[in-house]
Amino acid sequence: MASTLDRATGIRPFHVDIREEELVDLRRRIEATRWPSKELVDDWSQGVRLAMLRELARYWSEEYDFGRIESRLNALPQYSTEIDSLDIHFIHVRSQHEDALPLIITHGWPGSVLEMLEVIGPLTDPTAHGGNAEDAFHVVIPSIPGYGFSAQPTEVGWDSGRIAAAWAELMSRLGYTRYVAQGGDQGAGVTDAMGRQAPEGLLGVHFNFLDAVPKELLMAALNIRLAFSHDDREQLGKVIAIFMRGYISEMGEHPQTIGYSLLDSPVGLAAWMLDHDADSYEKISRAFLDGEPSGGLTRDTVLDNITLYWLTSTGASTSRLYWETGRGAKAAFKDPPPHVKLPVAYTVFPDELFQAPRHWVKHAYHNLVYYNEAPKGGHFAAWEEPEIFSQEMRAAFASLRNEDAA
Amino acid sequence: MSAAVDSRTEIRSFQVDIPEANIDDLRRRIAATRWPSKELVDDRSQGVQLATLKALADYWATEYDFGRLNERLNSLPQFTAEIDGVNVHFIQVRSQHEDALPLIMTHGWPGSVVELLDVIGPLTDPTAHGGKAEEAFHVVLPSLPGYGLSSEPAEVGWYTGRVARAWAELMHRLGYERYVAQGGDQGAAVTDDLAHQGPDGLVGVHMNLLRAALGNTSNLPSQTEEEKAALEEIGTFRTSGFGYFLEQSTRPQTIGYALLDSPVALAAWMLDHDTDSYYKIAGAFVDGQPTGGLTRDRVLDNITLYWLTATGASAARSYWEGGQAAARAVRKTPPAVTIPVGFTTFPGEIFRAPRSWVETLYPTLVYFNEAERGGHFAAWEEPQLFAEELRAAFKPVRNGRSS
Repeated sequence: MASTLDRATGIRPFHVDIREEELVDLRRRIEATRWPSKELVDDWSQGVRLAMLRELARYWSEEYDFGRIESRLNALPQYSTEIDSLDIHFIHVRSQHEDALPLIITHGWPGSVLEMLEVIGPLTDPTAHGGNAEDAFHVVIPSIPGYGFSAQPTEVGWDSGRIAAAWAELMSRLGYTRYVAQGGDQGAGVTDAMGRQAPEGLLGVHFNFLDAVPKELLMAALNIRLAFSHDDREQLGKVIAIFMRGYISEMGEHPQTIGYSLLDSPVGLAAWMLDHDADSYEKISRAFLDGEPSGGLTRDTVLDNITLYWLTSTGASTSRLYWETGRGAKAAFKDPPPHVKLPVAYTVFPDELFQAPRHWVKHAYHNLVYYNEAPKGGHFAAWEEPEIFSQEMRAAFASLRNEDAA
Repeated sequence: MSAAVDSRTEIRSFQVDIPEANIDDLRRRIAATRWPSKELVDDRSQGVQLATLKALADYWATEYDFGRLNERLNSLPQFTAEIDGVNVHFIQVRSQHEDALPLIMTHGWPGSVVELLDVIGPLTDPTAHGGKAEEAFHVVLPSLPGYGLSSEPAEVGWYTGRVARAWAELMHRLGYERYVAQGGDQGAAVTDDLAHQGPDGLVGVHMNLLRAALGNTSNLPSQTEEEKAALEEIGTFRTSGFGYFLEQSTRPQTIGYALLDSPVALAAWMLDHDTDSYYKIAGAFVDGQPTGGLTRDRVLDNITLYWLTATGASAARSYWEGGQAAARAVRKTPPAVTIPVGFTTFPGEIFRAPRSWVETLYPTLVYFNEAERGGHFAAWEEPQLFAEELRAAFKPVRNGRSS
């Protein structure tokens, strides 16, 4: 790693340093929460439930160890480098296997680099995690601009395409001439844009969420020959439901308005972040109320992520990415970007927002080289099931490694 | 009034009483606000602008007189009545003209009875406000369940149709045998439901928002310039700040946490209603140029009421009920409206409803007018103009009484 860093002069080591007074203020705010009355239903159909959020707040202020973020992140090699006028924070862990495949993984919303921490071991050190030396990756995990410890954009235009270009520059600065990229959620949007831009050195991409440009996604979903399939109709219904979600509409149209809530109220932030999808909500709710976490979605890791959003004051700036995405999608509909010609791999996780059928993915990405349905996991697949996720990466990119050797 | 009230033991008089500690806590929270970075645009297209909200917070914490709410409300006769399990708060002001027409007016979201206070004078005492004695109204202004000083529903099912039935019961208890109803925003939905239900004694309605057209325009004509313009305005509304509507309709509890816990979150959420009212209110705070009654103090009276009554979540739930009711109503036709309907289109409203649309939805339309000024909060912004509209709109109903 040292040689890479030495060559790229713009890369500085980074350490998380959280001031005690900010933690005191956060704890004080949680304890001073003014709670609404209980929802009037016995399920989550009016939103995040009072009993769940109260238990989260109690655990957050009374039991949660606020030193966790520092110790988890500072245990890893972190860096910061200015790209396109923004300081980009990233984790960079090189495998001990010198011919490992470089991989850039992009998180989503309401996530951060913290979603990805538990896949670093299996990916960089496969022999210690049930894999072979030739499955190894060098892993780069950047924070999206406006997220976590990356700087906040100060102008409009930081859509997934611009982020993708910044990632290509980052990989180039790190000296990687042959690499792959991976993403789900907003990270899938960034990775999709990378696939279309096809920067020099990018060999292929993997997704765990179908976030192709809208026209292609629409054509895939509405393919008349397939519209008679019951499964297609069911999945299409799930896709449409995503666009009826209040949080997507609010962040896509008026991120500044919801930003005030997300900056000023810890429980307002927590509720907004937990109200993402039914499956992850159920799982996180069980972690807090029943002490039964699902895989890596434990109380502590969930609060690590929420606390990171709070301490970095990024509720508004993370929301603005949806505003940019909305503008980007409109532009792409009128003026579609080039197709992805690079090899594409895809994993369907069974509890994801929708389970993209193989032919949808194939329609959106003609050069589909890998498609698999994982046995477990939902929207936060890497976070919830790091072992399975890592196995998917190994399998998905195996054929590209072979090309690498050829 | 005394006769009506005394004979009904269920009606109790009411005074607002705000503990000083709650105001101290509110002031402290405003001062401790953690602000986001500035929006990246020069207009409303990313939501409520930082400069607007900072000006509001600054005025709220340092200059606003927190005694205003007490004074404004307690100077009026207020009551509560338990109806259908909810304690309904209402203002009732009877005109000195004994043959005045009783009128029940329903506020909307993000409003409250506060939006309607300044029409009380012109309506109950027309001779002091450029009108005639025979134009007088007895005015009843209830707080919607879950809003302001009414209690919060403790069960699902309080959609606007149920509110409408409660209003009919309220007017009955007050001894009014012949009355009219008025509403905009959520109040228009309640008033529309009242009109369809046609309770005994209701002789006419007036609305200043064509609520049904916000949800569905497929059955409305779209040929004329006016009709096309209205369609475009609805389209703009649904793609530029519609998140609050979707969120409240589907996840009122989720947004409720921030609305209860953060004064600036509440203020931002409430200010982000429609483009016209946003810029008018921003003008009041940032440029010191209020539009009509939408002054800094009155805007903060309303926000402070939401805060002190801790009703952010319960008010949002009324949208959830609206969503549930809309789902139930699919492919069902409500009973036809048979009573006279009046409608006023205000130019700054979310969309300017053309007469053709109002006639399509209400074949019994007897009054239609386009006001020269005013927006979504018409009664609040232009109380005199609004009162004149109600005088004109309900004139045919008064005449009907003598025949």
